[in-house]
Amino acid sequence: MATTDIHLHQDVHHHDDHEDHEHHEGNFWTTYIFSQDHKVIAKQFLITGIFWALLGGTLSVIFRLQLGFPDMNLDWLKPVLGGWITPEGKLDPEFYLALVTMHGTIMVFFVLTAGLSGTFSNFLIPLQIGARDMASGFMNMLSYWFFFLSSVIMFISLFLETGPAGGGWTIYPPLSALPQAIKGSGLGMTMWLVAMVFFIVSSLLGSINYITTVINMRTKGMSFTRMPLTIWAFFFTAIIGILSFPVLFAAALLLVFDRSFGTSFYLSDIYIGGEALAHEGGSPILFQHLFWFLGHPEVYIVLLPALGLSSEIIATNSRKPIFGYKAMIGSMLFIAILSFIVWAHHMFVTGMNPFLGSIFMLLTLIIAVPSAVKIFNYVTTLWKGNIHFTPGMLFSIGLVSFFLTGGITGIFLGNSAIDIQLHDTYFVVAHFHLVMGSASFFGMMAGVYHWFPKFFGRMVNPTLGYIHFWLTFVGVYMVFFPMHYIGIAGFPRRYYSWTNFETFSGFADLNMLVSVAAIVTLSAQFIFLFNFFYSMFRGRLAPANPWESTTLEWTTPRNPGHGNWVGEIPSVYRWPYDYSKPGAKEDYIPQNIPYSETPESNLPHENELIKLETLNGDGSIVVEGSKH
Amino acid sequence: MALDIKIVEEAQKPLGMNPKKFGLWLFMGSVIMVFAAWTSAYLVRRADGNWRVFELPSLFWITSAIILVSSGTMHWAYLSAKKDNLEQTKLAISITSLLGVAFLIGQFLAWGEMVQHNVHFVGNPSGSFVYVISWMHGLHIVSGVVFLLIVLVATFQYKVHSKRISQMEMCTTYWHFLDALWLYLFVFLLLNR
Repeated sequence: MATTDIHLHQDVHHHDDHEDHEHHEGNFWTTYIFSQDHKVIAKQFLITGIFWALLGGTLSVIFRLQLGFPDMNLDWLKPVLGGWITPEGKLDPEFYLALVTMHGTIMVFFVLTAGLSGTFSNFLIPLQIGARDMASGFMNMLSYWFFFLSSVIMFISLFLETGPAGGGWTIYPPLSALPQAIKGSGLGMTMWLVAMVFFIVSSLLGSINYITTVINMRTKGMSFTRMPLTIWAFFFTAIIGILSFPVLFAAALLLVFDRSFGTSFYLSDIYIGGEALAHEGGSPILFQHLFWFLGHPEVYIVLLPALGLSSEIIATNSRKPIFGYKAMIGSMLFIAILSFIVWAHHMFVTGMNPFLGSIFMLLTLIIAVPSAVKIFNYVTTLWKGNIHFTPGMLFSIGLVSFFLTGGITGIFLGNSAIDIQLHDTYFVVAHFHLVMGSASFFGMMAGVYHWFPKFFGRMVNPTLGYIHFWLTFVGVYMVFFPMHYIGIAGFPRRYYSWTNFETFSGFADLNMLVSVAAIVTLSAQFIFLFNFFYSMFRGRLAPANPWESTTLEWTTPRNPGHGNWVGEIPSVYRWPYDYSKPGAKEDYIPQNIPYSETPESNLPHENELIKLETLNGDGSIVVEGSKH
Repeated sequence: MALDIKIVEEAQKPLGMNPKKFGLWLFMGSVIMVFAAWTSAYLVRRADGNWRVFELPSLFWITSAIILVSSGTMHWAYLSAKKDNLEQTKLAISITSLLGVAFLIGQFLAWGEMVQHNVHFVGNPSGSFVYVISWMHGLHIVSGVVFLLIVLVATFQYKVHSKRISQMEMCTTYWHFLDALWLYLFVFLLLNR
């Protein structure tokens, strides 16, 4: 069916636009605090995420001081850490465990789950699919405030006299289940569990909203095969979240019962000080099964959004269509499915049946296939592209690099036999920090740099962006590359000190290098921080489409109001990667340009599309007025 | 008035359904995952041995019957709302809510029966699992009853009728879901003692 677009040169406002959206003039509280606008909620997630990232990074530097300089006098930290510095000027060993635990928890959940998905799913889903807002703005607001509540509880736990949770971010019982085990298993653990329950609620509210919005709120013409890869990535992430977070909830609830009500789901045959505990008949391995059923998909909850963001950024800044659009979707789908059936590779050394181990090994190694497809497609998208090295682009390329170097070590770790040697060593730490931590962090940074003009209507300073990128990129490799050697040499993770034994002092110099690199990397983030807040208020005003991108968010006003588009929502006529199309006037054609307006660049089958729609119409012509 | 005409192909309207209903289905998906986690944990734990076998409280049979009947009255409410027979709708929703409360009381008494058989919340996990599973399901029934009351109030305000049925549909879906969930859990517990 053909549409006749009649341009009447008079003010024809559309009624539907004024009905429920556009310019709610709210007060300060409804505009900035309890906002239901997805863009404001996204910024709230972003700012909270940045706060947590700084805190998590600082904690890591504190324990890196202990690991790199075990003889250092840390008395100067007393004003901040108080009693956690022993009279001899050393870090309290139990506080060391708490630092490691909180660093993991903060980075995995609060930064790379809420800070990444919360920010970009909220911001980009409505803008890129052409929706005025999320399916439920109220649920979206609740999602942020549950996250905020969770953040507050977790933050307060840092200041407890007994310290925050200290059983590792994986909170394995019996250590986490018995308050008398270490200080960190007391009130800190309770608050950890309470905070995580709120976090799960927040995450579920968010995920339900994202999926509902992607499926039901797309604008006209935005078929599934015309969705940007970012949206696909957020969509899969939300599905994984809905299926896996409830399992963490189930596991955590049983742990709460074990801790506070004396049940024995995870506890059995434990003696403390020669006395047998009353708990009998439980199994700590059961917790690991439940935990890793969330824990492994969680890795992809963290990673997939970053991969989606970088797909979009790499295609835009290579001025080329993404290579293998459908292969990218397929590989993300495949990764999402596989993520649920590989959890036991975290448990190879729990005494599991070796046959079962080899099944999980096989499934784990298969993940290398879709991952390799993705890396291949990134590289082939870059290949012979007219590459624009914006800061966002550099961070995306950095992501590809980390995803590759960190992914390769996953092939070693996925082997149930080699895992016996490498399990719980620094090799594992190096692996997941590169492939999941740094890759996702770089994806998040790439997203912040790339969409900053849409977030705040201003440009970031690119020079500071380049400095930030190179310091971070080199710094991350300096931190995590040496850890491979330390790990192969058999150094276990989470240990407070190795210098008690002469045998293990061999890598003191390497550990020192790692610690220095960690300090430099953290310091580099302050360049970003300055750039971020300075540009927010003083940056150059952004043009409408600074990266000459094809997706819908750049058709909105510079600072879109609540409702995103003034007037009608644009319709979509083509896929989002029409970059450098042969014959086209410019090297990009936005998604909202119909094929009938670009006869010079249409491929034969696209011309067919116009004809079909004209011929198949039952003779009626839809007249569509629009103001211009 | 200047007039310029251009012909463009019409963009296809993408598929879509009521976002709230869709969200409810997703929520039910996550509830399924919670209980799937517990029932599979139950199986894994049972396979480990040291598992105390006991008779499930006979009251579970009665509560199961109650919840099954309540599903019927729920559907009656839905059909009568569809036919704009609002008096019947109010009656049917009220009966369903009462049956929901009766179910909860029944579950509570069933716990008493378990205690009499010396199966306590604290003790061998086989008993603890039954308490946790029935307690968490009961919590969802509470949310279902709250939903029923919201729909009941809406019916009194003439906000539920054949032209405005989606809230009623969602409530019906949720209640049937909770019913099916309990029947699954009960059969599961019967088969895997």
